[in-house]
Amino acid sequence: MKAERVKAENVKAVIQKYGVLIVLILLLLINACVTPNFVHINTIWNLLRQAFPTIIISMGMTLVIATGGIDISVGSTMALSSIIFARLLIDMEMGFGVSMLGALGASCVFGLFNGALVGILDFQPIVATLILMIAGRGIAQQFNNGAVLSFYGNAFTDLGTYRIGGVVPIQVLLIFIVVAIMSFLARKTTFGLYVQAIGDNGTASRLVGLKTTVVLIETYTLCALLAGGAAVLETLRLCAADPNNIGSGIELDCVAAVAIGGTSMSGGKAVIWGTLIGAIVMQLITTMMNMNNIYYAYALVIKAFIIIAALYLQRKKD
Amino acid sequence: MNEEYILQMEGISKQFSSVKVLHEVDFRIKKGEVHALMGENGAGKSTLIKILTGIYRKDAGTIRLDGREIIPSDALEAQELGISPIYQDISVVGQLTVAENIYVGREIKKHGVIDWKTTNQKSREILRNLGIDIDVTKPLSAYGTAIQQMVAIARSILIDAKLVVMDEATSSLDEDEVRVLFQIIRRLKDEGISVLFISHRLSEVFEISDTITVLKDGYLVGEYETASLTKTELVSKMIGRNAQDVVNYKRKQREVIKEEYLNALGIQSGIRLKGYDLTIHRGEVVGLAGLLGSGRTELARILFGVDRMDRGEIYINGAPVEFRFPYQAIGRGLAFCSEDRKVEGIFPDLSLAENISISNMKAVSRFGMIQKKKMQKLAEEYIEKIRIKTSGAGQKIRALSGGNQQKVILSRWMAMNPDLIILDEPTRGIDVGAKKEIEDLIREIASKGISVLLISSEFEELIRNCDRVEVIREGENAGTLSGEAITEENILEMIANGAAGKEAKRHES
Repeated sequence: MKAERVKAENVKAVIQKYGVLIVLILLLLINACVTPNFVHINTIWNLLRQAFPTIIISMGMTLVIATGGIDISVGSTMALSSIIFARLLIDMEMGFGVSMLGALGASCVFGLFNGALVGILDFQPIVATLILMIAGRGIAQQFNNGAVLSFYGNAFTDLGTYRIGGVVPIQVLLIFIVVAIMSFLARKTTFGLYVQAIGDNGTASRLVGLKTTVVLIETYTLCALLAGGAAVLETLRLCAADPNNIGSGIELDCVAAVAIGGTSMSGGKAVIWGTLIGAIVMQLITTMMNMNNIYYAYALVIKAFIIIAALYLQRKKD
Repeated sequence: MNEEYILQMEGISKQFSSVKVLHEVDFRIKKGEVHALMGENGAGKSTLIKILTGIYRKDAGTIRLDGREIIPSDALEAQELGISPIYQDISVVGQLTVAENIYVGREIKKHGVIDWKTTNQKSREILRNLGIDIDVTKPLSAYGTAIQQMVAIARSILIDAKLVVMDEATSSLDEDEVRVLFQIIRRLKDEGISVLFISHRLSEVFEISDTITVLKDGYLVGEYETASLTKTELVSKMIGRNAQDVVNYKRKQREVIKEEYLNALGIQSGIRLKGYDLTIHRGEVVGLAGLLGSGRTELARILFGVDRMDRGEIYINGAPVEFRFPYQAIGRGLAFCSEDRKVEGIFPDLSLAENISISNMKAVSRFGMIQKKKMQKLAEEYIEKIRIKTSGAGQKIRALSGGNQQKVILSRWMAMNPDLIILDEPTRGIDVGAKKEIEDLIREIASKGISVLLISSEFEELIRNCDRVEVIREGENAGTLSGEAITEENILEMIANGAAGKEAKRHES
């Protein structure tokens, strides 16, 4: 009797902890049965390649949310990084390295701005980052007078569609590297601990001598940097910098990925692997809908239900 | 079935994962009595109450309210049944008005919209019946903790509570406020409402309760008539050993080297501090005595760089300092345990080891990378040294009892080897046994040459531990006591009569 109860409690705990993983496996199984041509390694590669920006940015978002904050300006940051990269690379012919540094540097400026508003001026994060969400895209558009900048035939543009050994997309390698680094940051470094401490108890963080302002600025900057980096690769893959549309709505996908991944919106523990799977789940739903010719509008509704399912599995009750 | 009892809990057991925290506990409350539930931290008081108020579910046993068996599945259901909890961290909404707080969830409606006139009118009446006359249309946050609690009680009367549960309701009240609260408790009693009263202050328990039930380590020790017990007997039952040696140990006179460590001059801040002077010597335990609101907490927060002062000078080792952030104060050897452990002390979701190391990660990391083993070892060292009750260094601190959490926080600062530790109410909400251990720790800290500034509302605590007691009254120096002169009467005298206290100080110097 007692052993059974303990067992039941353990099962509950496992479901709570690995809810998002269970959802992913269920989705994969359903697709394997239902979706034509789904069971093919290429499906996986394409899936990851499409999920690339969401995964990379939601890594930064996980830390921001772990501090108890949120960054809804990541789409605008992508726009800025993308257009600056293309302008430097194509129009000014500055070379790949300089162009990329310019793009990443620009996204860092956005990140610093967000971090300063939150860390120094104590603005509420959603309002602080709303400023650049609105204005950032406008700023980005100014760099090419609102026009799309498309290009061909540069030696580096192939990088966006490069496949290692002709098989594995470069995005997959980058996802692997970024997730590994972020996981290390969150679990093994003082920075990661400070991030989670601030989300767990902001007042106590200041009282035990943490430089909360610095940590917050670093976190928002890191998030923006990842958004900028993702934008560079997307620009290469698409052979175009479209500041009007790139990354539009991505902030919501990222927040959803973090939420269904198990990181609390009020801050605290950062669950990096959960976010990774959360982002894959989000993309998998879209892919599934596309491959089964289901209307995009329906896809959004189904997404909503799957998010509810994932959150339901993990909800804590005590 | 017994008509006499409003509440009968029988054979209540509760287990969390592998730890059994309640062993077939019986607990009953008569109609219209004030019943105190006593026990050390970890004795199972909170668990029992949370089962009663629907927050936890029992594993075994029966609960009868007014003779009927009840199984409250959540807090709301328990309230509907007539069990009304008043928590220490008051469960009211500060931004709503007083009247809104009383009527939230039970709005009086007229034609489908809230009838504010009647709501305000009735709120005023209920409060007036409790002897409080305040503007019910003001936001609740405009009033102090005491009034906020009264409002919570008013609400429980409104919902026809049969049993009001007061869990450490007095812990943030001053003496006058406690007196008002007790009047209200007596009024509840007269109306036949029972009160379950939990407090760590023994004198309050003896003043207000009719019956006392004692728990220890999850077992029922017994039920006693308050009048038949002495304080010492009660403490003995709570800790399961003779309390004589706990209550009666005496502070040893110590020689303190008169080497100044910290010197604060003319500290002014808002209306709370009006030019306070304080000197702390090396290795000295200085007590800061004063009423709530006397400026004692404000002073501590200024010394530690949490808040800024308007005017004044602070010297450490003779050199002027100006702290704008706590990390600057920590860098100069200061440590600070805030009075509000939950809000300002612990990181609930972090592990015990992380909670200890968080203020000094340099010691357990290299190039920003955490050395887990080192951190673990440090935590285990303190777990053993100061007997923190835990399942291990990796356990989340939220799972520990209040006394053990406080020990973790003390470990945090001790591990830094500070020059001065400021302790603001370090034993508040902590049971007698853990209290003694924490006082032992304070003396141990001092014996290592670390200075201590001890802020406490409990004079006995100051008398037992301090080399010198500074009295603060309305933000001004009200006098100094040292050695044999540190007595309850003298402290009281100075707090009550600041001018005379000052006189005494002038004569001394």
